[in-house]
Amino acid sequence: MQELVNIFAKAIFVENMVFAYFLGMCSYLAVSQTVKTSLGLGAAVIFVLGMTVPINYLLENYVLAEGALTWLGEQYADVNLSFLTFILFIAVIASMVQLVEMVVEKFSPTLYSSLGIFLPLIAVNCAILGGSLFMQERSYSNITEASVFGLGSGVGFFVAIVALAAIREKIRYSNVPGPMRGLGITFVITGLMGIAFMSFMGIKL
Amino acid sequence: MSTETVDKTKDKEPLFSKKNRKLLKDPMNDDNPITVQVLGICSALAITVQLKPAVVMAMSVVFVMAAGNIIISLLRNMIPQRVRIIVMLTVIAALVILVDQVLKAYLFDVSKQLSVFIGLIITNCIIMGRFEAFAMGNGVWRSFLDGVGNAAGYGVILILVSIFREFFGTGTLWGIQLIPESWYMSNGGFYSDNGMMLLPPMALISVALIIWVQRSYNRKLIEEN
Repeated sequence: MQELVNIFAKAIFVENMVFAYFLGMCSYLAVSQTVKTSLGLGAAVIFVLGMTVPINYLLENYVLAEGALTWLGEQYADVNLSFLTFILFIAVIASMVQLVEMVVEKFSPTLYSSLGIFLPLIAVNCAILGGSLFMQERSYSNITEASVFGLGSGVGFFVAIVALAAIREKIRYSNVPGPMRGLGITFVITGLMGIAFMSFMGIKL
Repeated sequence: MSTETVDKTKDKEPLFSKKNRKLLKDPMNDDNPITVQVLGICSALAITVQLKPAVVMAMSVVFVMAAGNIIISLLRNMIPQRVRIIVMLTVIAALVILVDQVLKAYLFDVSKQLSVFIGLIITNCIIMGRFEAFAMGNGVWRSFLDGVGNAAGYGVILILVSIFREFFGTGTLWGIQLIPESWYMSNGGFYSDNGMMLLPPMALISVALIIWVQRSYNRKLIEEN
């Protein structure tokens, strides 16, 4: 149990998707104008990461990795399909996003209309594919750990984007130098937030 | 494969007409993918600690962009609107697998350094963005130019940031020591490297500085808010 809590906390604070690896930056910068929209995108990312990482974990361990096809029979023991990783992972992500979109549209039209364009955009959010690729690189020992990692990364993204949106809503009242307005100052804010998050790096989990 | 179409455009206008040159030149400054269109930031920041991986990354993106734009532009009348995202992702993923395997075979150490970021070219928003905005509606030669131009605009920023960070962070460029050893404090000198440069937040601040400089010269890019 403690192991799981560690993975969760590490994914949120120490190895935050946005501040430590710069993943999901594009939507992070584009959709952080107001707190309301950023809440919607953050929730959608948590959901999709929480779903795709375990699915890709199963794919990785029962189809892609070297010797993973042994369950089909002895003659498949030395098949190595790992070069197909990217194409399979992205296919899973794109179809999951499509599925999530349809389910949400059917059962919760209000949530659907508030998420709007952000749901399909998640398919090309680097944080999602990055989550799956990090899961593969770090080789978690079972599916529970992988799902906890997926959820934790999603929450990390959520925290980052909501915090940035809140700061950007306030900074509108400040007199920023012309050329830095908009994009420039947002980069600086993210950099400063990244420095703040680095204080978690010393924590050994 | 593409010669036929190229010849057809040739009839109408010269290969490097003013309009076509604009496609190559605009992404360098007025329409830079990173500092103006805000596309492809993720990978641009993460791999700019050293010059060498940044150059390899920039070259990979140029290849994927140019080849992908040609393929999508050839297929543009056959792709159904509803499934176009999946088609695009498949084309990109296939090209990225190609790049990944070549790097693993010939540049293994760089490939290890780039780790997941080669895979993340797939979700690099520049590529999807240009497919969607340009290759779906333009001919093969123009799409090719647009691809090369945008990828080069991305590469220029990547290389600028990595030169800045590698030089001030470790005193080297491309792995070659530029600041004399005798200057360092450990050898009785006065200089020490700025370790802060190697940390992720400095990448953001370097890009912010580039934006600042660019927009001070090019004032029409300044945003309202």
